[in-house]
Amino acid sequence: MIEMQNVYKKYPNGVIAANGLNVHIKQGEFVYVVGPSGAGKSTFIKMIYREEKATDGSIMVNGINLSKLKNSKIPYFRRQIGVVFQDFKLLPTLTVFENVAFALEVIEEPPKSIKKRVMDVLNLVGLKHKARMLPTELSGGEQQRVSIARSIVNRPRVMIADEPTGNLDPETSWDIMRIFEEINERGTTVVMATHNRDIVNTIRHRVIAIEGGKIVRDESRGEYGYES
Amino acid sequence: MKARTFQRHLRESLKSLGRNGWMMFASASAVTITLLLVGVFFVIMMNMNKVASDIENDVEIRVHIDLTATKQDQTNMHNQIQNIPEVKSITFSSKEEELQDLIKKMGKDFELFKQDNPLYDVFVVKTKNPTDTPKVAKQIEKMDHVESAIYGKGKVEKLFNVLKISRNVGLVLVVGLLFTAMFLISNTIKITIFARRKEIEIMKLVGATNWFIRWPLVMEGIWLGILGSILPILIVSVGYYYAHKIIAPRLMGQFIQILNFSPFIFEVSALLLVIGIFIGIWGSAMSIRRFLKV
Repeated sequence: MIEMQNVYKKYPNGVIAANGLNVHIKQGEFVYVVGPSGAGKSTFIKMIYREEKATDGSIMVNGINLSKLKNSKIPYFRRQIGVVFQDFKLLPTLTVFENVAFALEVIEEPPKSIKKRVMDVLNLVGLKHKARMLPTELSGGEQQRVSIARSIVNRPRVMIADEPTGNLDPETSWDIMRIFEEINERGTTVVMATHNRDIVNTIRHRVIAIEGGKIVRDESRGEYGYES
Repeated sequence: MKARTFQRHLRESLKSLGRNGWMMFASASAVTITLLLVGVFFVIMMNMNKVASDIENDVEIRVHIDLTATKQDQTNMHNQIQNIPEVKSITFSSKEEELQDLIKKMGKDFELFKQDNPLYDVFVVKTKNPTDTPKVAKQIEKMDHVESAIYGKGKVEKLFNVLKISRNVGLVLVVGLLFTAMFLISNTIKITIFARRKEIEIMKLVGATNWFIRWPLVMEGIWLGILGSILPILIVSVGYYYAHKIIAPRLMGQFIQILNFSPFIFEVSALLLVIGIFIGIWGSAMSIRRFLKV
């Protein structure tokens, strides 16, 4: 569950990226966040996984009040959130398997359970057979699937995706969306910022449109609503 | 911290040392030079302190008895001096004995004076507390038949002054070097942080704790400190071993002594290691605070 009340965010350079956001996202929902560049989509997304802190207002995620969350507690909170980016953020020197296992190693999971969990998620994204390859040997779509595998290996309740198909061709984008759908069907909340009109208009979900730091539209099974 | 986590941090810190070879070499060298100076300086200071306290302990008042004093006068003086509460001991040394001493110290040439001994009979007075020496000396000087009451005041004060100045100069030098070494270590760690910023970003993203991210960097600093302290410890130990071997026999039989090799040099070695590690931790902490927003 994600809940924002009167959230206001002003960056040190004076830019106001959130100007009174009120939103309620239930557990298990799938939400697209759309809007022009610089409208505040990224800030909206970043505040959910506490990369950015709201200047004012309150944000609750999974029952945790992020405005009161101590810095030292952020890591433990992050373990409940999976994050996927446009640029994959994989480590080029590690294999596919190691990249996913990395997420469990650094939170000090016992090595015994790591192998099985990593192979399970690689299976889910269809890359079990490429576990020993390096990211550079994979296509863009495959790299994004590795990064998705890494984000869900810790079984998060919320999945955040910031333009996950931004670097991919249309065909590959549909593959990625199928994986998100599957993750969502298992009960994980998915919040995805996107510029992909076709996807939003075809795979219908709730659409939140942000402009000038404000929510200008919030429709269940909405449309993309912008020209391109 | 779990043993497995500790091993991981250790491995990561060593890997990173290997990766930034030259920067690591520069930082470790800076620590080496700093600690070498600290070590040499410390050894010299401690020995000068020892010598000074040896001299201080040995400070005695030499009371020259004027030539007109009779045996009876001398006995009176002896009693008078012994009655001063601060006095620990008083011994009489005739002018013949004094001359023998002088000949022993200065050589056979002084045997000429045997024909006409120009020296005084002397009372050698020791005080219970070296700091009371000037007071007692003044008191004795006022007595009858006292030509003069001399003590090693000038010598000791000069030594202490030299000690104080060299200590201050050395301290400034060492503190300056300490900061240079820390600055270099912090730069090395900064490079490590930049080289691994993507890794660190992902670690933060998936929920690694701040200390999990910091530990390998702190360990890297500690390694630099330890690596930098090896050479100074060896040089100071070996150097002092030989210095002691050469100097100690020459001081044999005299009241001043330099410090024994053991346990002194082991204490110095431990001190150097601790300072090295401290510089390493401080250096890495500076970078972690500034460049790692965790």
